Amino acid sequence: MATANQEEVRLLGKWASPFSNRIDLALKLKGVPYKYFEENLANKSDDLLKYNPVYKKVPILVHNGNPIAESLIILEYIDETWKNNPLLSEDPYERALARFWSKTLDDKILSAIWNACWSDEKGREKAVEEALEALKILEDEIKDKKFFGGETLGLVDIAANFIGYWVYILQEIAGLELLTLEKFPKVYKWSQEFINHPVIKEGLPPRDELFAFFKASASK
Amino acid sequence: MADEVILLDYWASPFGMRVRIALAEKGIKHEYKEEDLRNKSPLLLQMNPVHKKIPVLIHNGKSICESLIAVQYIDEVWNEKSPLLPSDPYQRSQARFWADYVDKKIYEVGKNLWTKKGEEQEAAKKEFVEAHKLLEQELGDKTYFGGDKIGFVDVALIPFYTWFKGYETFGNINVEKECPKFIAWAKRCMQVESISKSVPDQDKVYGFMVEIRKKFGLE
Repeated sequence: MATANQEEVRLLGKWASPFSNRIDLALKLKGVPYKYFEENLANKSDDLLKYNPVYKKVPILVHNGNPIAESLIILEYIDETWKNNPLLSEDPYERALARFWSKTLDDKILSAIWNACWSDEKGREKAVEEALEALKILEDEIKDKKFFGGETLGLVDIAANFIGYWVYILQEIAGLELLTLEKFPKVYKWSQEFINHPVIKEGLPPRDELFAFFKASASK
Repeated sequence: MADEVILLDYWASPFGMRVRIALAEKGIKHEYKEEDLRNKSPLLLQMNPVHKKIPVLIHNGKSICESLIAVQYIDEVWNEKSPLLPSDPYQRSQARFWADYVDKKIYEVGKNLWTKKGEEQEAAKKEFVEAHKLLEQELGDKTYFGGDKIGFVDVALIPFYTWFKGYETFGNINVEKECPKFIAWAKRCMQVESISKSVPDQDKVYGFMVEIRKKFGLE
């Protein structure tokens, strides 16, 4: 239903990217209608270069012509702009913890697992050791909570989409067993809650296509 | 019951300086604990088990780690005066973006400038100038990144200015010549009391950098 003050929300993204997917998930959780543009990173659009001249990357959210880049920053913007189904608590300490875990996922945990999945024979052992250490950190943090955010899905759960979904695909392709029920039962249980959440389920990219995409990259 | 605020820090750390500035700006009474980074205290290891790094803000026994997260926490809890982040969500997102840029870029280009040699150092010089020119562009005609008063980005960025004597000496670069607007902004910041009383002077940091270079054979 169009109104005179129709809000325009656009997402420039990459369907296979967990960072881009974070934004899809947040917008869907809030029920915000948006237009999605798939970027071809080998041939970046004029819009991409205009809206993110600093990094020239996706995702970029454009709200009424105003661009925001960097997925965690976009997530906080979305949470502050559309206040239903909040992703962050109102309590400053809980917010600080959520920011800490999201940042730790990005700075330390995701890269350790990614590196392990793409490691060559020479670096494999060390990379796998670091990936397992990273997962242990998460295992210790999730404890017996349903989600990282508690009873409801929040910022950290969305930021951990790579752990909930991408890791299984990448480790299978790499022939590794990093995140398993035996090794990390709590993170494993969380991942099942995550991917079975009704909105998340619809918002994640199709498994087969994601598998094929990364398998093709692995063969190059 | 009075608030108990403790800051675990290291005097030369630009990240620690950010939290010091925020605490000073808000007038928050706190205890400063200097850490020996070669012999980290049990308190530090307990309060930041994941990264084992400073700064760590401890508020009534609860720890907040990562400097920009601690600064935002301070801004949200002590919200009656001197707001560091704007109230508009879009302006906030831009402030966060540029503070994050400082984290991703400025620390790295500075570090490379004074620790690398030869071609790598030449490349580092170029990147250093480019990054600071970009920041000049973002500052524009504003007095501070925060506008008329210092804000989140100013707090995130100004600590690195205390390392400039070393950058310029070892990096063989004249920052004022390359980025005059940046230096003008930095000098304005150093006139702000909460900043000047929270950061060490450039000579002291320079001495520290000389020691590090000796220790790691970087000369």
